[in-house]
Amino acid sequence: MMNFLHKYASLRNFYFLSLRLSRWLVLPFVFTLVYGLIGALWIAPQDYQQGESFRIMYVHVPSAWLSMFVYMNMVGAAVLTLIWRVKLSEIVLRACAPLGAIFTFLALVTGSIWGKPMWGTWWVWDARLTSELLLLFIYFGIIALFHAIEDRRMAAKACALLTLVGAVNIPIIHYSVEWWSTLHQGPTVSKIGAPSIHIDMLIPLIVMSVSFTLYFIIMCLARIRIGIREYDKNSNWVKNLVTSTLQKEHSQ
Amino acid sequence: MTLFPRVVNETTSRELRKTFRNPSEIFYPLIFFVLVLTMFPFSIPPVPGLFNSLASGILWTAALLAISLSLETLFKADYGSGALEVIYLSGADLVLVSIGKSLGHWIISGLPIALLAFPIGWALDLNFLTLWVLVLTLMLGSATMSLTGASISALTVGLRGGGFLLVMLTLPFFVPLLIFGSSAATNASLGIVPEAELYFLGGMFVLSLTVAPWATAHAIRIRLG
Repeated sequence: MMNFLHKYASLRNFYFLSLRLSRWLVLPFVFTLVYGLIGALWIAPQDYQQGESFRIMYVHVPSAWLSMFVYMNMVGAAVLTLIWRVKLSEIVLRACAPLGAIFTFLALVTGSIWGKPMWGTWWVWDARLTSELLLLFIYFGIIALFHAIEDRRMAAKACALLTLVGAVNIPIIHYSVEWWSTLHQGPTVSKIGAPSIHIDMLIPLIVMSVSFTLYFIIMCLARIRIGIREYDKNSNWVKNLVTSTLQKEHSQ
Repeated sequence: MTLFPRVVNETTSRELRKTFRNPSEIFYPLIFFVLVLTMFPFSIPPVPGLFNSLASGILWTAALLAISLSLETLFKADYGSGALEVIYLSGADLVLVSIGKSLGHWIISGLPIALLAFPIGWALDLNFLTLWVLVLTLMLGSATMSLTGASISALTVGLRGGGFLLVMLTLPFFVPLLIFGSSAATNASLGIVPEAELYFLGGMFVLSLTVAPWATAHAIRIRLG
């Protein structure tokens, strides 16, 4: 475990690994996005109740999924930060937080646009909406804490702890809000047994979710590379990297 | 008192002594609590009975805000004067120190607010069962807030915009307490005994007592480097 961590968690190794990884991931991302959009907008049949407007689901559900997936990633990074003090995981934590906030915001906005024709209102104090809104505030809190502490490493550790406090609280918030009130439709994809959604509607949804996840990974890797360059800005390899890039640009 | 380990006792009594040396500070959260309550009748339509029917929710919200704001005092003075560093270097068990700090904070903020809610609720015509439930839920809820909030208070101590940041970070985590606390009081006013809500609040208290002091201790370690 420790050897593995030392090899790949070395900032320099990870930098070049992530460059290669992002290049490999761009093609699958574009492919799933195009295929998912075609499936979502043309192949999927109309909903017998919601007509065409259900198609916003293909943006809404992947965003909502990512709003939670990003947080799960952050919990993993937080554990690595606090227990093994891996430098890379601090950078990952910092890179993830704004992305998570954006996806949560997107899920709220698309849900609101979907809610207007379906429920007749932009916003209701419904369980899932409210807990998603609170999740957004938790993301904002983590980002704010990152900005409030000057020392990078201390900021990362403080945010890691806050992320874990949030991880304990999010399920409690979710279930207490659910108990409080609910209007949102029940889960249709993750239900045990056969999902209550037509297969032609389901496949584009899964493809879009994969596409969004790939987008998140590519963006996250890019943000991590920026973070690595900032962390290691006094080391020789970063200096060489920057000089060689500048020379390349100069010669062009 | 042999109920608690010595470190907890010492920390709690130190917190209390510190506060009573400057007694006006005890009244800040209480006055804030009553002041927030006073704002509500001006902002809702003057329909007879409307304010009274919202009373338990409003009392809970005001208490939540007052306690969240008062959490800032938990570590601020000790961080500024360097006493926190001395405690850290003394090798005392920080988990026990955190429990003592939270206990001291609860005695000077949560407990008086919960007790003050009794006469205020009485003045608002809440029935007897509701009053008792309100005081009980506020006691349990504020104890949970003192414990959970301590970790975030330690994380944000001495930062730019510390007070705002602290309230911003703590409020989302206090929503479950608000939901169950105020719905317990509302149910009680309808004549339903709110057992389930009280169990939930009790559960939250036990959970925060077992987990939060460790988080607080770690937060102190992080902030002191």
